[in-house]
Amino acid sequence: MTASALPPIEYLPHKRVLGEFASADAMLTGVDALRDAGYQELETFTPFDMPELDERLGLPRSRIGWLVAASGLVGMVLAYGIQWWANVHNYPLNSGGRPVHAAPAFLLATFEGTVLCAAFGAFFGLLVWLRLPKLWAPVDEIDGFGRASVDRFWIAVGAIDTDGRGAKAQQILRESGALHTFAPADV
Amino acid sequence: MTKATDDGTGEGSRNASLVAARARERVGERAKLDGFPVAYDMPDDGTLTDNLLSPIWTSSSVWWPLFIISGLLVVLFIYAMGVTFVRGIGSWGNNIPVAWAYGITDFVWWIGIGHAGTFISAFLILLNQRWRASINRFAESMTLFALVNASLFPLLHLGRPWFFYWLLPYPATTGVWPNFKSSLPWDVAAVSTYFTVSLLFWYLGLIPDLAAARDRAPGLTRRRIYGIFALGWRGSSEEWRHYRVSYTLLAGLATPLVISVHSIVSLDFAITQLPGWHSTIFPPYFVVGAIYSGLAMVLMLILPVRRVFHLKHIITEAHLSNLAKLMLATGSMLAYSYLCEAFIAWYSGDPYERYTMLVARPMGPYAMVFWLMTCANILTPQIFWWKRMRTSTIALFIASLLVFAGMWCERFIIIVGSLNRDFLPSSWHFYAPTWVDLSLLLGSLGLFCFLFLAFLRWVPMVPLGEVKRLRFELGRDRATAGGAGGTA
Repeated sequence: MTASALPPIEYLPHKRVLGEFASADAMLTGVDALRDAGYQELETFTPFDMPELDERLGLPRSRIGWLVAASGLVGMVLAYGIQWWANVHNYPLNSGGRPVHAAPAFLLATFEGTVLCAAFGAFFGLLVWLRLPKLWAPVDEIDGFGRASVDRFWIAVGAIDTDGRGAKAQQILRESGALHTFAPADV
Repeated sequence: MTKATDDGTGEGSRNASLVAARARERVGERAKLDGFPVAYDMPDDGTLTDNLLSPIWTSSSVWWPLFIISGLLVVLFIYAMGVTFVRGIGSWGNNIPVAWAYGITDFVWWIGIGHAGTFISAFLILLNQRWRASINRFAESMTLFALVNASLFPLLHLGRPWFFYWLLPYPATTGVWPNFKSSLPWDVAAVSTYFTVSLLFWYLGLIPDLAAARDRAPGLTRRRIYGIFALGWRGSSEEWRHYRVSYTLLAGLATPLVISVHSIVSLDFAITQLPGWHSTIFPPYFVVGAIYSGLAMVLMLILPVRRVFHLKHIITEAHLSNLAKLMLATGSMLAYSYLCEAFIAWYSGDPYERYTMLVARPMGPYAMVFWLMTCANILTPQIFWWKRMRTSTIALFIASLLVFAGMWCERFIIIVGSLNRDFLPSSWHFYAPTWVDLSLLLGSLGLFCFLFLAFLRWVPMVPLGEVKRLRFELGRDRATAGGAGGTA
């Protein structure tokens, strides 16, 4: 069943149903059950990385690599450019009659500049991409949500509606072994 | 699946038993290294987290005395730096022709030590080595603190350290720029990049653990402090999806740095004309030595830490054995480099090269240092051919200490061993360190310990997320093997 097959009724755009699981495997069961029931907007909160979730949640491959590549290129041009401008154009220094524009000598700092800027892209790009730092989010107000970083696995189900699909989602979560479920909330 | 095989024919059950046997084999291979498991029975995630976080909530009785002793050494370091600032490089033992001595020896040594950290955390993540999970935070932290020390020495050596920013290409009113054809600005680029990338990589890896610390912190103050550093990490699928790629890319970016940084440092020597320095083997020779000395440092840190903080269930004999094997491998490559250096010096027919490598170093004024270096670096790791030695904490510690000292001797022999006897015998000069040189070396060790102890006290020392992931994977492996085995 796909999202389009759901009955066209009033959605609760900002409300999500939450379920807390004691184990990763139970949570994966929950994710599969919800997907089978047609719930598309799922998000999980896990204490460690679970690459196997991407496929189950239908998440595309992260495109942050392009950002890293682009910032690396900028770094490359910048590093070579600075060296060229400083040593060839602005302050040419003749040391022992060696060529002023000594490309092989410039390549070392160019390499370092590339790596440096690419690393900035990877780190700060990620923060911007994820809109971090975000010291508070509504989901933090849910009881026990703090354990999502420790030993509990959470599923948040979006795209629920007034026609009882919130309750249905809660029921599926419980059937998959959720310890607690939370009624539709602004999270 | 269980049902289907149970109801199957004889052939089906034979297949099933084959599958089960293979699965058990695979699990055995994946979960064990050198016959040892990568982790012993781990408690559940909650207990595991609390156990691993407990050192940052309460200090231990060993910690304070060590912290104070290393703090006193830091005071000595600062005092020696003050003397260098006020009285200049003249307070060191360096004098022409030995223009570089302890300062550059310490620099090259420290920066080499840092390399093992990046090797363990970046190289091994790309090679998908699961065993690195529990030790990579130590290794990365070690890299950072070694780099702090490493970067101080060339700055102190500048003569007027307060003008250190002249090394950077900034738009100066004087209109003077650094000369990028010199190897010294390469060093600046390499070391500053290495430090920055290592810091970003370390911090990015730390974010999920800081979030766990935030959510487990006793008291609001600590919760807030760790909360700020955790940047609001919640571990959502969206966060992990991008984080994973970004972290792997940073590992990929750090990997060439392992090769490039010490290669660039070696060019400080290799592009000169001095006998014993002017050699094409220098970049790989330096990189191998760097990783080697760093592995010794990692072992020296891990052995006491796993004992004091009861980490033997996650830093097992498998880790020790693997690190010892890596030391044996890098030590053997280093031995090969020594041989090559000596052979090429002889084969070149160059009298100066021959004299430096074959006479001055082994029989000259620093012969004792030379033989200490040779024995410590070549003979010590040979004990690791025996499994018994690879897992004996005492043998590992003593061997690491020897290699640690041996590598310092190597840096000293390369630098002072070449400089003190160059082309003209009339300018030969015996170098001896002053108390300032010795205090700077001792003080830098103190600073390293000081920073490392601070790290143990306030930062989650084992990557919680990665260890929990490892536990999850091991559990799943066992379930697969057990489930398949049940049908057989």
